[in-house]
Amino acid sequence: MSTLFKYSSITKKIIMGAFGLFLALFLLVHLTINLLLLSGDGGKMFSAASEFMTTNVLIKIFEYVLFGGFFIHILFGVIVTLKNWASRPVGYYTSNKSHTSFFSKYMFHTGVIIFIFLLLHFMHFFFIKTGWVQPPAGIEKHDFYGLAVALFTHKIYSLIYIAFFVFLGFHLNHSIQSGFQTLGLNHNKYNSAIKIVSLVYSVIVAGGFSLIPLYFMFIF
Amino acid sequence: MDLTLKIWRQKNSSAKGKFETYKVNDVSPDSSFFEMLDTLNQQIIETGNDPVAFDHDCREGICGTCSLYINGRPHGPKRGITTCQLHMRSFKTGDTIVIEPWRAKPFPIVKDLLVDRSALDLIIQAGGYVSVNTGGIPDANSIPVQKQKADLAMDAASCIGCGACVAACANASAMLFVGAKVSQLALLPQGKVEAADRVEKMVAMMDMLGFGNCSNTYACEAECPKEVKVTNIARMNRWFIRSKVGAEKPEAATYD
Amino acid sequence: MTTLNSKIPQGPLAEKWTTYKSTCKLVNPSNKRKIDIIVVGTGLAGASAAASLGELGYNVKVFCYQDSPRRAHSIAAQGGINAAKNYQNDGDSVYRLFYDTIKGGDYRAREANVYRLAEVSNGIIDQCVAQGVPFARDYGGLLDNRSFGGAQVSRTFYARGQTGQQLLLGAYSALSRQIKKGSVKLYNRRDMLDVVVVDGKARGIIVRNLVNGQIEKYFGHAVVLATGGYGNVYFLSTNAMGSNATPLWRAYKKGAFFSNPCFTQIHPTCIPVHGDFQSKLTLMSESLRNDGRIWVPKKLEDVAKLRKREIKPSDIAEEDRDYYLERRYPAFGNLVPRDVASRAAKERCDAGFGVSHSGLAVFLDFKESIERLGKNVIEERYGNLFQMYEQIINENPYETPMMIYPAVHYTMGGIWVDYDLMTTIPGLFAIGECNFSDHGANRLGASALMQGLADGYFVLPYTIGNYLSAEIHTKRIATDAPEFVQAEKDITEQLEKLKNIKGKQSVDSIHKKFGKLMWEYCGMSRTEESLKKGLSLVPEIKKEFWTDLFIPGEMNEYNPEIEKASRVADFIELGELIMKDALQRKESCGGHFREEMQTEDGEAKRDDENFAFVSAWEFKGEDKEPEMHKEQLTFEVAKPSQRSYK
Repeated sequence: MSTLFKYSSITKKIIMGAFGLFLALFLLVHLTINLLLLSGDGGKMFSAASEFMTTNVLIKIFEYVLFGGFFIHILFGVIVTLKNWASRPVGYYTSNKSHTSFFSKYMFHTGVIIFIFLLLHFMHFFFIKTGWVQPPAGIEKHDFYGLAVALFTHKIYSLIYIAFFVFLGFHLNHSIQSGFQTLGLNHNKYNSAIKIVSLVYSVIVAGGFSLIPLYFMFIF
Repeated sequence: MDLTLKIWRQKNSSAKGKFETYKVNDVSPDSSFFEMLDTLNQQIIETGNDPVAFDHDCREGICGTCSLYINGRPHGPKRGITTCQLHMRSFKTGDTIVIEPWRAKPFPIVKDLLVDRSALDLIIQAGGYVSVNTGGIPDANSIPVQKQKADLAMDAASCIGCGACVAACANASAMLFVGAKVSQLALLPQGKVEAADRVEKMVAMMDMLGFGNCSNTYACEAECPKEVKVTNIARMNRWFIRSKVGAEKPEAATYD
Repeated sequence: MTTLNSKIPQGPLAEKWTTYKSTCKLVNPSNKRKIDIIVVGTGLAGASAAASLGELGYNVKVFCYQDSPRRAHSIAAQGGINAAKNYQNDGDSVYRLFYDTIKGGDYRAREANVYRLAEVSNGIIDQCVAQGVPFARDYGGLLDNRSFGGAQVSRTFYARGQTGQQLLLGAYSALSRQIKKGSVKLYNRRDMLDVVVVDGKARGIIVRNLVNGQIEKYFGHAVVLATGGYGNVYFLSTNAMGSNATPLWRAYKKGAFFSNPCFTQIHPTCIPVHGDFQSKLTLMSESLRNDGRIWVPKKLEDVAKLRKREIKPSDIAEEDRDYYLERRYPAFGNLVPRDVASRAAKERCDAGFGVSHSGLAVFLDFKESIERLGKNVIEERYGNLFQMYEQIINENPYETPMMIYPAVHYTMGGIWVDYDLMTTIPGLFAIGECNFSDHGANRLGASALMQGLADGYFVLPYTIGNYLSAEIHTKRIATDAPEFVQAEKDITEQLEKLKNIKGKQSVDSIHKKFGKLMWEYCGMSRTEESLKKGLSLVPEIKKEFWTDLFIPGEMNEYNPEIEKASRVADFIELGELIMKDALQRKESCGGHFREEMQTEDGEAKRDDENFAFVSAWEFKGEDKEPEMHKEQLTFEVAKPSQRSYK
């Protein structure tokens, strides 16, 4: 653990950033599959995709990589943040009024919120699959469609999910452009394009995921 | 104009500090911020008390000595200037102005508003130079330098080492300061020779001194009195990656 | 009368330095390790000297009053640095740079020193480029040049309007490299308060640690002063707030002669004074005169309307404008040397044509250049200066002409040094602005940076070796030796005396008064009467200072009032010497203009027969008259002629 702290600040950032970008890409895959929920075919396509995702060996391996990715991203996020807090032991009386993007200052905070959400999300799906958590009465533990329907027809859960997606969007909006900067892939010519991509991507992900609870709340 | 000033007073680095409130009246809007503080100090001296200590020297925005955190912003409310270039016309009568010192672990307070920024010198000493001795140099025009690159190098080189980037940064990070020096020298053929080695050494020193990480909030760029761009940080990151994965890896940076 | 030995090498002018370099005594590397050198000041001269000496293998201790060596006031130099590269193919040469400098200095500099300066100028540019100084370049990738006052060739290298900054950061980076290596040790936030002389040789210094107020003693086999000029005698100047003459003055009191103190340069393009609260003046680079035209209205009624803000400068028709520099000096126009431009501005303002509400300002107009070259070209050349001006004056100089007025900027006078840059105290050297040697009675633009770096990089490293070669057997002297202890005691007593005055006035308020006195009686132009008057007023101010000063706070803590008080005590004494020197020099030359000595059309009139000498003042004791020695100047190559820029 102490060796992790010894990594150079830029190394830590690059590791965190690289895994962050990887996780952001994963979200797109996740979203694509989830959107099948909206196909209106009673969950046939979604179930088929889920079936594939849970049984394919390569995907199984990838699952470990993904968890590793989460773990490292979070671990380095925490290490970096602890160091940052230690860098200013005595704070200012007047809070900083510099013109910066608002969300960039709260990456750790939105990160923590996302982490809590992730645990909740695992309770609803992943831990049921592994058998650590009992599925709700009458639903098979591999019936992800059923789980989703049960969950999102529940208004409060839907609203909690939507709220979390908004925070995820905030986190993504800064993190994608930030990842480019950290990896040194930043260039005057493309900076504004990167910013737009970042914004569009965060809107697609946050909006896309939010469609699902909305669909179950209002249309299903 | 009449103003209320709320100023951090601290006798020395180990003493406990607190805010004191002062009134100054009839300040000319044409006077500079420091001339206003001179007036205040004159008042304080006339009452037999200890004037407010603050760092300042050239008073024309180039030496980088001045370092006040005014109403929540390093160098005050205007963009692209140092504290000494701030004029009172940026405030209005009746205003309360809160003045604090730079706050960062590597910048201990010396007295009142004065901090010790030797840490920035130590970073330069770690590698912010081209390793050439005096004399025996080929003609200055023997290596042409692309004008665009020379201009970018000059943009980065205009850093005055005031530390506003550190003061503004939510993480007290010195990445803009380091990135500017790394960029300036890496952009020029003379400095490119040691660019990879340099970036490792300077970053290692920066970390050791207790500066934070960059979280890309870009408050540094917003507050830099010379408007040094954060693209310099990206360039530094690029060189850092190159130093780690480059074919001819330099020896690991050491602290001693 | 003592004759000063300037130790100029024999032989033809162009070969003196080469001969010197190949025949001077050297110190071998193993002995260099045993030798300590103290360098005071980290501006261009100090930083470059300390770095170069460290590279050679000496143990160097370098001191600055700032928190970092990078903040020395050389950083504020804007315009550029001269060198005889002749990259522009416009006929420049070492000889021409030498000649321009001698002539610009109104024939009051030493030929051999100036020729050496011109000779090493090219190496400076090479050195700086190698350090990564981002000089301006053209599209082919080669170095660009601009023109400066007093020259008809383009030989000035520049880095936007921040040349001094970039050169200093180059020297600072070289210095930092040596600090990292351990060959140079840095002592920041230290004020030098005395030179310690042991057996007739400079062997150390006494400093005050500005953070904790402790008095500290340091030994060196030799001491190098690189402490800059004394323009702050005038209170308002373009110098930094901390720039001071204390190291010079204390060296003077220990036996170093002070030369030509009355040669102060008044820079023509500064932002005018705008209020009583003002703490310092800001310079606008002379390079602005490349593209700006200086004028005042021809008609007094336009002046009156301008002052009342009834009309704007642009309302005045072209034929009603008096471009007085172009009118008086058609050959050089707006690019006449600084002293000429300053006096011309004063002449117009004295005649009632000054344009600001105080009547002390002239216009510097860029309208024509903006039309000719486009706003973006002007912005690229002077953007930061225009911005600086707008910050202070709150007017946009792209739209309305700048207002400028002359201000104290540079001091050509300083500690007397010989060809080795050594003062009259053996082992004490003075380099950069703090010595008197290269600029005569007036310094040309972009030559200060050249001189500072020439001394530090290329001259001192040779000449100090010549001295130290005889010191290799001298053991390090412990700082508890009686001379050190005595010096420490004297300094402590002096500071306590200041602290114990316990009067009513702050240091600044007395300094301000004294500055006004200096400006009024010994400013841009001087008369016998004004100087005598000024001198008669000094004792009064001195008395006021020593009876009514108040210093708050404690001795042994960070206390800027103590710092300032000991500096101002020296400024007052130095100011007195400036006026004495100005009084004895009954001629007009360069920055020293005696109204009694002028030609019919108002130009400075030199008296080569009686005043072709360097005055060198010797301290004879407190309350005793100093004695003036003369170093006669001989001109073998550049024969003196009336300076003409017409």
